[in-house]
Order: sequence, then structure tokens, then C-alpha cells
Amino acid sequence: MTTRTMELLVGVFVAAAIAALVFLALQVANNSDATRGETYTLVAKFDNIGGLKVRSPVKVGGVVVGRVSSIQLTGEYYEPIVEMQISTQYDAFPETSTASILTSGLLGEQYVGLEPGFIDDFVMMLEDGDEVPNTNSAIVLENLIGQFLFSQGEEG
Amino acid sequence: MINALVKLGRNTLSVLAGVGSASIMLFQSIVGKPQPLKMFPLLIRQLYVVGVQSMLIILISGLFIGMVLGLQGYTILVDFGAEQALGPMVSLSLLRELGPVVTALLFAGRAGSALTAEIGLMKATEQLSSLEMMAVDPLRRVVAPRFWAGFISMPLLALMFSAIGIYGGFIVGVQWLGVDDGAFWSVMQANVEWGQDILNGFIKSLVFALVVTWIALYKGYTAEPTSPGISAATTQTVVYSSLAVLGLDFVLTAIMFS
Repeated sequence: MTTRTMELLVGVFVAAAIAALVFLALQVANNSDATRGETYTLVAKFDNIGGLKVRSPVKVGGVVVGRVSSIQLTGEYYEPIVEMQISTQYDAFPETSTASILTSGLLGEQYVGLEPGFIDDFVMMLEDGDEVPNTNSAIVLENLIGQFLFSQGEEG
Repeated sequence: MINALVKLGRNTLSVLAGVGSASIMLFQSIVGKPQPLKMFPLLIRQLYVVGVQSMLIILISGLFIGMVLGLQGYTILVDFGAEQALGPMVSLSLLRELGPVVTALLFAGRAGSALTAEIGLMKATEQLSSLEMMAVDPLRRVVAPRFWAGFISMPLLALMFSAIGIYGGFIVGVQWLGVDDGAFWSVMQANVEWGQDILNGFIKSLVFALVVTWIALYKGYTAEPTSPGISAATTQTVVYSSLAVLGLDFVLTAIMFS
């Protein structure tokens, strides 16, 4: 076998590997803008975060706009505080917005649903590091069942 | 009792001596004044032998493993009505575990054993000694290009393995069993992360490439220059590399994904 043929085949080999990498990077991996590029931080306090995890998505109307970057307890009452990295593409949330912890589907993963509020002359926009004032905590199934059983007991 | 301790001590020392001399061999062969003009043709030749000739077995096994994952995953997931999760199941298991590990095992069997036998036979027929007689360092001339060829080509083979495996899962899941095309890719894209999954899998395959090629070269270089010696060295290459890959895989997984 001549050197030239061998070089050609090695070239094909490397090109095939690069093609595989491009396929994995573009077709298989997550490419949404919300997880890359410039982000800014919003925080929100909840009573209960349920099964929310770091890297859970933050969605507005079902569209991913950012991710949860840290979850900690804060203050003297140990409230969970959730820090979110939001894409700077979406940087105009008013301070009347609401953050809720929702579940995708019956058994799906939990995510933060951000709902933009109304805007008028007195409403400021949330900026980097601000806290989302209105929050709805996660619904814990055990508590719901407990309440249901309790109300059943009262009736009977 | 004393004898048992003596035996333990002797075995420990010989293992440590083996690791030490393997490190010295690797160090001497790859560290030194770079000679790109002399090394490059040798490297191309070894890339062809080690990489290109392993490509077919890697691609075919990758395709079939992906297809089996698609088939098995579908039969389980369809019970829960969660067959859209087939995409992430196939791609995550390939990218994180099966791609690097199965490629390393196949590579040890296909290329590692060949490297050991080749170098062992070179030693038995005193080609290595002749090189030294001609003032050519066999470590630089014979071992180094083979090491780089293995270290470069195995991660590339692992990438191909994962990519074609995912395509195999796509063929079985979407085109045969009827999982929705859009859901297959989009749920996959929502769950696979570039850094967490693809990059970590690639780092894994780099580590495996280092270990497998290193063991193969060391076993060949220190093989007893007789027929049974070379045959034993070849067997040891496959056994030790497979064990090292599987053990290291657990350690790396524990570090990367826990």
C-alpha cells in the first residue's frame, strides 16, 4: 500500500470522527440559547421547593428562558432561596411577576414557571440580582392527600 | 504465617516495580526532543494500523448496540407510556458509558493485542536490539508512534461509536417501532448536555486510550522473547486492559456524574 493511500485513509478516519463529533454536538446535545451566552441572576424565596434541583429549567409559558443555578436555605426561618440564571435575551420582567414551582406532567420533573406581571408607570423592571416578590411553592402530594383525608374525616 | 507475609510483600514489590518500569518506559518514549519530520510518517502509518483498521468493527458493533438499546428500551418504556424517553435513554447510555467502555474493550482486543504481539515478536527476533545497535532508540522509533496512534485514535473511535449507536437507536425506535420522530430528538436534546455528557464521555475515552495503549506496549516490550512468552503477554494485555477499563470506569463515573 502506498503512503498516499494510507494518508488518504487516515484522513477519512479523522474526518469521520469530526463528523461524529459535529453530529453529537448539533443533533444530540442541548443547543437552546437559554443555557448559553449572557445571563443575569434573579432570586426567589419559596416555602417549599418540592423536587426542584440545580439545573432545572426556568420556563415562561413553556419556553425555557434559563436554569436554576443554586438552591440554599436563608434567613432565620430557613426559607429555601432559589437562584436562577436567565438569558439576557429576556431581561424585561416587571416586579409584579410571579414565580411558581410546577411539574411537567403527572410524574415529570419540576421546573420554575415564571409569569410576567402587569406593567404600569409605577412598576419597576427586575434587574440583575433582584428578587421575584410573588412566589407559589411546590405542591407536595403527601400534604394534598393529608388535607383530603382530613376533610373527608370532618364530613363523616 | 511469615511465609504468607513474605509472599505478599514480594508480590506488592513486583507490582510496584512493574508500574515503575512501565512509567519509565512511557516517559522515555514520549518525552524528548520532538522530531516532527521523522515522527510524522511513522505516526500516520500507525494511525492507519491502529485506527483505520479498527474502524469497521467499532462502527458495526456501535450500530448493533444502539439498535439493541432501542429495542430493549422501547419494550420497557412503552409499558409506562414513556416511549419518548427512548432518545435520552439511548444517547445517555451510549455517551456516558457504553461508547467509551465498549470501544476501549474492543480496542484492547483488536488493536492492543496486535500491538503487544508485534512488539513482542520484534523483541524475540531481536529487531529491537538491532535498532539499538544502529544507535536508534527503539522506544522513540517503535513505541512512541504506536502510543500516540492509540492515544489519538481511540477517543475518535469512541465518538464514532456513540454517534452511530444513536443512529442505530433512531432506526429501531423511530423507523421501525414508530416512536415520534420529533419527540425522539427533542427530548434527547433537552436531556443531553454538551459539557456534562459529551465532554465527560470524551475525557473517559482519553483515559481509557492512555491505559489500554500503555498496557499493550508495556506488555509487548517486556514480553519474554519466546512463543509462550508472547502468547502470555498478548493474553495479559487483553485481560489487564479490560479489567483496568472497567475498574477505572466506575471511578470516573463516580467522580463525574455523582
